[in-house]
Amino acid sequence: MNRLVLPTMIAAALTFGLSACSSTGTPKAEVQPATPAKTAPSGPATSGATGQNVTGSQAPTYTDERMNPSSPLYHPAVYFAFDRYNVEDKYRPMLQANSSFMLAHPALKVVVQGNTDARGSREYNLALGQRRAEAVVKVMELMGVPGARLEAISFGKEKPRALGDSEKDYAENRRADIVYSDQSGYTEHLK
Amino acid sequence: MKSFQRASFWFVFCLGLLAYAGVARAAMQIQVTGGGASRIPIALPAFTTQGATPAPPLTDIISDDLLRTGQFKLVDTSGVPSPTDISQVDYSPWLGRGAQVLTVGSSALQPDGRYNVNFRLLDVGSQSQLLGYSFDVATPQWRATAHKIADLIYQKMTGIPGIFATRIAYIQKQGTFYELRVADADGANPQTVLRSRAPIISPAFSPGGHRIAYVSFETNKPVVFAQDLRSGRRWVVANFKGSNSAPAWAPDGRHLAVTLTLNGNSQIYSVGVDGGRPTRLSHSDGIDTEADYSNDGKWIYFTSDRGGSPQIYRMPADGGPASRVTFQGGYNVSPNLSPDGKYLVYVTRMAGEFNIALLDLANGQVRILTNTAHDESPHFAPNGQMIIYATKLNGRGILSTVTLDGRTRATLSDPGADAREPAWGPL
Repeated sequence: MNRLVLPTMIAAALTFGLSACSSTGTPKAEVQPATPAKTAPSGPATSGATGQNVTGSQAPTYTDERMNPSSPLYHPAVYFAFDRYNVEDKYRPMLQANSSFMLAHPALKVVVQGNTDARGSREYNLALGQRRAEAVVKVMELMGVPGARLEAISFGKEKPRALGDSEKDYAENRRADIVYSDQSGYTEHLK
Repeated sequence: MKSFQRASFWFVFCLGLLAYAGVARAAMQIQVTGGGASRIPIALPAFTTQGATPAPPLTDIISDDLLRTGQFKLVDTSGVPSPTDISQVDYSPWLGRGAQVLTVGSSALQPDGRYNVNFRLLDVGSQSQLLGYSFDVATPQWRATAHKIADLIYQKMTGIPGIFATRIAYIQKQGTFYELRVADADGANPQTVLRSRAPIISPAFSPGGHRIAYVSFETNKPVVFAQDLRSGRRWVVANFKGSNSAPAWAPDGRHLAVTLTLNGNSQIYSVGVDGGRPTRLSHSDGIDTEADYSNDGKWIYFTSDRGGSPQIYRMPADGGPASRVTFQGGYNVSPNLSPDGKYLVYVTRMAGEFNIALLDLANGQVRILTNTAHDESPHFAPNGQMIIYATKLNGRGILSTVTLDGRTRATLSDPGADAREPAWGPL
């Protein structure tokens, strides 16, 4: 029950938010990343559509597919191998779904936020995260999204989602997140 | 050798004395390994005192300063009474203990609340005075006075300017806050100059030392700011589409090299200190970042993965063809050139661990200076004689210094802090 009500409420708020996302003029440093750790996919293998908890007639309906945990639009993320920035083929259906969503919603913009694991130089990791974000942007451009609506930025290793030092933590942080301009975590002054 | 500019040096120092109070803190941890033969044996008996004196004793601060250079060793002073005047010095115990030089000092509380500090450096072999100074200092200048005495001793004995009265900048993570701090070269007297809930990285002192450039994520993307340390005014240096990072001041203090992503991949550009249109300096289809100017302004050293792995290259400061500088290892990043341009210090990865490496540019020899696993952000002291870097101890970020021979390391950070991203200000 809660499962059904809460996403619907959020989706409703989000729908209203779409028309009210103009800049406030004052950057807020307190803004948190868009992808809360508790609900995010737990790793490369489970990113994208998982279909969990959504069965038969019990399935909730969403006014915004991005609120549907089983949708490829839900906290879309691409994971990368160590020191790599190529987008693996398995992410193409997810990126196609997000590109189609962008084309269907011409007012939306996207910032792709690249991240790296904790190893090595902060500045080199920033550049590596940038390449990851840029790689995702390039794929979405090839899928027809105008480049003016896409921005690749990097957090490097400065905003890790997983805080541990295990290989699993590192893998979780080698990631690029797609954040829409009506979502929290979107780069403030670009709104 | 000898410098005859000491009096003016001291005068300038008096004018520019730090205006905030010293706070007693745990002594620096200094680790020295091997190679003691070439160290100058110095005896630093406690200064005699009249009236109350601030803590810690001046000789504690002086000895920490000198010891972490790796160029001095302390002679045991136990059981020898501290001489109060040059005429009273009995040199025989110091000769017997192998001291080359000896300090004699005193501090006396004055009626106006200041301290009269007298200090002499004596040569034990010739029984002659090498240095003699008298200072009237207020309590907030206590540590600075000790650093100045250490600078005087260091320069007298090595012919090289001391760095003990210089400043460092670094980022401190305090709970959920990030603080850009400026502190004395030994980590004491930290002052927060910027506090943010968003990460701050890559602080860089301007050549004159009164401005700091840095990268802030406060708008949810990396943007390069600069800030005046005297007025507190801060402004945007680079905020273009994509990421803006890795500020490096040109020696003229009017331009900065920054890493921008205007064409997708990270490349090095030059921008004016007040912003404006960037000029592209590096040209590759890979990552070019972490620019560092040579002090003569002719070269930029930087990190690039154009050859397939991150390595250090250099190019003319106004752009042009780059040549590769590092060849050993598959991951060499974060270059910083020594003030005289003879050495390059950087981070190298070996067997999954990140260490500080020193490259002698004349002969291509590489020396690994550290043996901890997470060493980052090496920067030369402004006299070129040691390197500050960030590392981790028990999962906590600390700042350390290491000498060019790798034999003397000192830990700067206060316990309980999480410090990273050090930079060293000018002399």
